[in-house]
Amino acid sequence: MQASSKTSLASEQNQKSQLSNNNNNLTPVMSMKGITKTFPGVTALSEISLDLYPRQVTALVGENGAGKSTVVKILTGIYQPTAGSLSIHGQDIKFPTPHDASEAGVTAIHQETVLFDDLSVAENIFIGHAPKTSRGLIDWKTMNAEAEKLLQTIGANIDPNLKLKDLGIANKHMVAISRALSIDASVVIMDEPTAALSHKEIEELYDLVDKLKADGKAILFISHKFDEIFRIADRYTVFRDGEMVDEGHLKDITENDLVEKMVGRSVDQIFPTREPSIGAEILSVVNYCHPTEFSNINFKLHKGEILGFYGLVGAGRSEFMQSLFGITKPASGEVFIEGNPATIRNPAQAIEKGIVYVSEDRGKQGVVTTLPIFQNVSLPSLQHISKRGFLQIAEEFSLAREFTRRLDLRAASLDQHVGDLSGGNQQKVVIAKWLATQPLVIILDEPTKGIDIGSKTVVHEFMAELAAGGLAVIMVSSEIPEILGMTDRTIVMREGLIVNEFGRDEMSPEKLVRAAAGIKEST
Amino acid sequence: MSEINQYTARDIPERLSSPFKRVVSSWEALLLLVAILIFFINTQATPYFLDWWNLSDATFNFTEKAFIAFAMALLVISGEIDLSVAAIIALVSTAMGFAVQLGYDTPALVAIALVVGLACGAINGLLVTGLGLPSIVVTIGTMSLFRGISYIILGDQSYKDYPESFLFFGQGYVWSTVTFELLLFVIFAIVYYVLLHRTNFGRAVYVIGNNPTAAVFSGLRVERIKFLLFLLTGIMSAIAAICLTSRLGSTRPSIGLGLELEIITMVVLGGVNILGGSGTIPGVALAAIVMGMLIFGFGLLNVPGIVMSIFIGLLLIGVIALPKIASNLKNYYLERKA
Repeated sequence: MQASSKTSLASEQNQKSQLSNNNNNLTPVMSMKGITKTFPGVTALSEISLDLYPRQVTALVGENGAGKSTVVKILTGIYQPTAGSLSIHGQDIKFPTPHDASEAGVTAIHQETVLFDDLSVAENIFIGHAPKTSRGLIDWKTMNAEAEKLLQTIGANIDPNLKLKDLGIANKHMVAISRALSIDASVVIMDEPTAALSHKEIEELYDLVDKLKADGKAILFISHKFDEIFRIADRYTVFRDGEMVDEGHLKDITENDLVEKMVGRSVDQIFPTREPSIGAEILSVVNYCHPTEFSNINFKLHKGEILGFYGLVGAGRSEFMQSLFGITKPASGEVFIEGNPATIRNPAQAIEKGIVYVSEDRGKQGVVTTLPIFQNVSLPSLQHISKRGFLQIAEEFSLAREFTRRLDLRAASLDQHVGDLSGGNQQKVVIAKWLATQPLVIILDEPTKGIDIGSKTVVHEFMAELAAGGLAVIMVSSEIPEILGMTDRTIVMREGLIVNEFGRDEMSPEKLVRAAAGIKEST
Repeated sequence: MSEINQYTARDIPERLSSPFKRVVSSWEALLLLVAILIFFINTQATPYFLDWWNLSDATFNFTEKAFIAFAMALLVISGEIDLSVAAIIALVSTAMGFAVQLGYDTPALVAIALVVGLACGAINGLLVTGLGLPSIVVTIGTMSLFRGISYIILGDQSYKDYPESFLFFGQGYVWSTVTFELLLFVIFAIVYYVLLHRTNFGRAVYVIGNNPTAAVFSGLRVERIKFLLFLLTGIMSAIAAICLTSRLGSTRPSIGLGLELEIITMVVLGGVNILGGSGTIPGVALAAIVMGMLIFGFGLLNVPGIVMSIFIGLLLIGVIALPKIASNLKNYYLERKA
């Protein structure tokens, strides 16, 4: 591990010195220097540096959890960095609030626009800096006229009097961009702006980015789609696990190299060695469809198998899993458990039939943080360990003891509130509670998201142990090392469809990323 | 929170604090202390207080409200509320009075009361769980609706002529100075204690109040449980209506007016979090007794009703503010220390 990180550091330094040669004639509009951001138990960013140049689009590339959105939040004043400094035009600056960031000329256009649905287009554009009349009231006439002018400069034909909620997502982006122009921003951050746009709308957005560039703005562009990065960006910065691993000019790098840099090799993670013994078919899903989220899902799952589901955020994986668990209704499709057709209309029926779901959103959907550990563990099993509907506290404790011990839970007492535990230990409580129901199929949705490395290893080892014990495991994960290290087979989803399936031996990070992002196989 | 004081997996103890310590440091213990204090003050303030018959009379100040408060406690813990309970009392009482005019006897009156109460609860429950409307809005609406129906039927009239046997519920004694209502209070306290603290249903109520999403994701039928809680509140309102009507011997459309606020005061005073998630039946029972004795003591001291309601209002605000003030003070001292 040390050797490899040293060499990568060395190569980084090389590239940096090359870069500074290339950029002698340009000074960055905005710089982040040695920025570190830590949350309790997690380091989201460690000593990253990022420069944004005028008339340049810098693409920020990295896997989910690499720290991209943390960067955006620091640049826009939502988060305060733990260490390091920000500067604009060479002067150090701090953003105690989002308002300060926007005063300083930094604006962000988010994946889901954070505008005000019930206000008009003009109000959205000018909120916080509306033109005023001499009596201090809002000058509606000027505001509407200005708004119309701004919208026209970016080629958007939108009535400034319309309410924002009556616009489509593409037009909302236009409003957000007009807002950026109205405050005369010098730095524009675009966080996956094309995620929800159609093909034609994306083309229009590209034109807009070109216009913003021509206006001299520095643009930070975040995207998972490589084709668009190469289409509009001038520079790139690659993040991995909260560290900056590479930066440079896009003209100097190929798509393949960029993918490789982004995925890298996480050397610090050790996965359990498994001898998978795959048994009889236990779950079969046929033509599962949902009106909007996913369609035509077909696959089979076997005893003792760990099946991975890989894809970008929004590919429909979680939505499908929640539908399988009875949370949302599918439009059509069938599920067979051990060969028998099964109807699952609610989670209670799913649990009864042996399908359990460890949710990605642990705090909201997984645990009840304000109740004790033992009550969380016994919750889905209460029917079986109670007598005629009466609680058996002693039984609850012994159930909780048995299953938390198997997961090596660290806690002060079983009576402790789950909210007092670390993320990793909370996840152990969730897994314990589902195992206590003795399921046939366990679905783990991003099981190691946001938990410390030690707990990750425990969860991975335990997953292997479960599969060895004959349980069928589905693991939804956006972490490539985890997919490679744990699964016997991985299904890749993109835009609600299964696009590819890889056996354990065929998988490679590059193949997975290409399939998920829709990049054609290169020769 | 840091994870200090960790144990290895093998020996996580079940509980850290002893049962004795938990009971002593509980809200209920504080309420008990307050109850004893008020009892003592009352005995000093007036010589008429320590009289078995007076004390027996005093229990009417809380019994009927407490019946509803028990069900309301469950509803509030689950994160919902029912403001229409006093209006249900009026509608149930009106229905019984109407049945008396048609010549029905006591068993039929009780049956009618329970059916009407159940129907009112079902309407609230369906609007909240079926349509997903906020219960505070729904029950403000049904509060006007139910009492409005009573006003339409009765106008400025009143129903009297309740059969002799019907008067037992609100005026009868089961043994010596122990009233039927007091006996019912004890029985309901036990039943609701078991229901909330000793059954799967009660556990589900807590889980829903603490995290309704996690409850759904854990396989609980949240909507069904909430619907049952509204039914339960409807039935308890009907039982309170039977006792109150029997005690007064007549029905006016204004019967039980404003009782819902006293009941919610009782629930909150009993330590139930108004935002849901926590609270106990012993707490609510003790709060009922405290409020009953306060009102009775004030009555003996000839304190006017308006002053009484000012005092109860202050009590409610104090109870909600106290924990907040205590934790603010604690933080303040911890900060100064650091």
